[in-house]
Amino acid sequence: MTDLNINVDTLIENICTQLQQQNTLKQSPKMIGIRTGGEWVAQVLHKKLALPDPLGVIDISFYRDDFSKIGLNPTTKPSDIAWDITDQHIILVDDVLFTGRTVRAALNEIFDYGRPASVTLVVLVDRKGCRELPFQADIIGMSLECNKTIKVTGPDPLNVTILETKEKQA
Amino acid sequence: MIARLSSPNIQLNELGKLHHFLTLEGLKQHHLIEILDTTKSFINPNTNEIKKVPLLRGKSIMNLFFEPSTRTRTTFEIAEKRLSADISSLDIQTSATKKGESLLDTLWNLQAMQADMFVIRHAQSGAAQFFAQHVAPHVHVLNAGDGQHAHPTQAMLDMFTIRKHKGDIFDLKIAIVGDVLHSRVVRSQIQALSILEAREIRVVGPKTLMPENPEALGVHIYHDMEEGIAGVDVIIMVRLQNERMTSALIPSEKEFFKLYGLTEERLALAKPDAIVMHPGPINRGVEIESMVADGSQSVILEQVTYGIAVRMAVMSIIMSNAAQLSQYKAEQVAQTEQDRLQEENA
Repeated sequence: MTDLNINVDTLIENICTQLQQQNTLKQSPKMIGIRTGGEWVAQVLHKKLALPDPLGVIDISFYRDDFSKIGLNPTTKPSDIAWDITDQHIILVDDVLFTGRTVRAALNEIFDYGRPASVTLVVLVDRKGCRELPFQADIIGMSLECNKTIKVTGPDPLNVTILETKEKQA
Repeated sequence: MIARLSSPNIQLNELGKLHHFLTLEGLKQHHLIEILDTTKSFINPNTNEIKKVPLLRGKSIMNLFFEPSTRTRTTFEIAEKRLSADISSLDIQTSATKKGESLLDTLWNLQAMQADMFVIRHAQSGAAQFFAQHVAPHVHVLNAGDGQHAHPTQAMLDMFTIRKHKGDIFDLKIAIVGDVLHSRVVRSQIQALSILEAREIRVVGPKTLMPENPEALGVHIYHDMEEGIAGVDVIIMVRLQNERMTSALIPSEKEFFKLYGLTEERLALAKPDAIVMHPGPINRGVEIESMVADGSQSVILEQVTYGIAVRMAVMSIIMSNAAQLSQYKAEQVAQTEQDRLQEENA
């Protein structure tokens, strides 16, 4: 019946530990957050990992595949990546991985900036089981069945709440 | 006569959103703010770069220029390309209408080539409106300048430039100097500034280059240049439209410069941080001196760059509104069907 608050600090710790176990951090990676929730998560990670280059932010509104159905997102802001993407190792951060369509749009946008050496996908929450496109995250804070609905609020404090049921949300 | 050429509503759809973009007349503040905000989202805040995006992929846009244009035509083409649309530009002066085809036949033929949007410039006031009245319901018309009537995208790029440099237009005093009578740009600028509730709009120029009843536009009239630009935040110079003058309205260009040309000394009368704008093409030594046109307060070339983003914003808003309208209609149909089924079951 009640919504469940998730301890975000634990999820962030989780992600940092996994990143440290991988090769990624040794390749002086640069980080990009996907607006809005992904940007919040990326801000926390970027600070915690003390990455030297400024955090990049992309707004995927102009790359969505449902423009001809739902039109433009009225709160679109410019993407802001202050460095050259070409040949860089990119850590791409989003708050929630669900259908995979946001990741598709984000990758398309990144490739319009240049050809990265690699992209590592990091998500705070993976809602499993409802994927519509073949994308999986490399590093996951926590997993959840996709019939559970979650709400991410931020940037400060960054909170993740599991809402009771999907139907309830609708 | 010109003021009534467009019925205010033909450019809005059933949801009150832009379907065509013909004039600023009859639009609300929120329509203009949406354009200005969307424009911002196309410009990189650090580099002023305008990136290509896949928003209008698969859409077909035709640029019909019945009148010569460099800036407007080129920036429209660049804007369309940066939105990934398929574009065709037709120089109608050298085309079918010369062979006796009527305007509407030309239009319908182009529509049969599956155009989604027409961008039209024409020497006749009301031409864009005329096209908008005759295109199919799914086709959109953008006015790229019609006679002495309107040039709404130019006015919006001017508003964007002002907002970018000076913040909220609400607080500003703006002087428009030059050939007000013949300028569609000025008409649209005055409409935009009024809708955005500029603190004071001044129009400066000789009596012969003013419309008959300028006060009706809600502006302050000055025939003296020094008085007109004293203390303003923004000076917009417009060129003498010699091609539209049917009689000698000014003694000479030299004389005009002496009375109304923007010189460094005159610019010093405006606020120290005032910006100088000009929709182009500029006539150096006629309405503006080179030192000012190329000076540190001039934002003339920035206007050109922002023209790309503003046109991208208008085109994507119109296509977005069309998408939302068809979604809305589909939902209505579904709802009616659901109601009918419920009634049958009851």
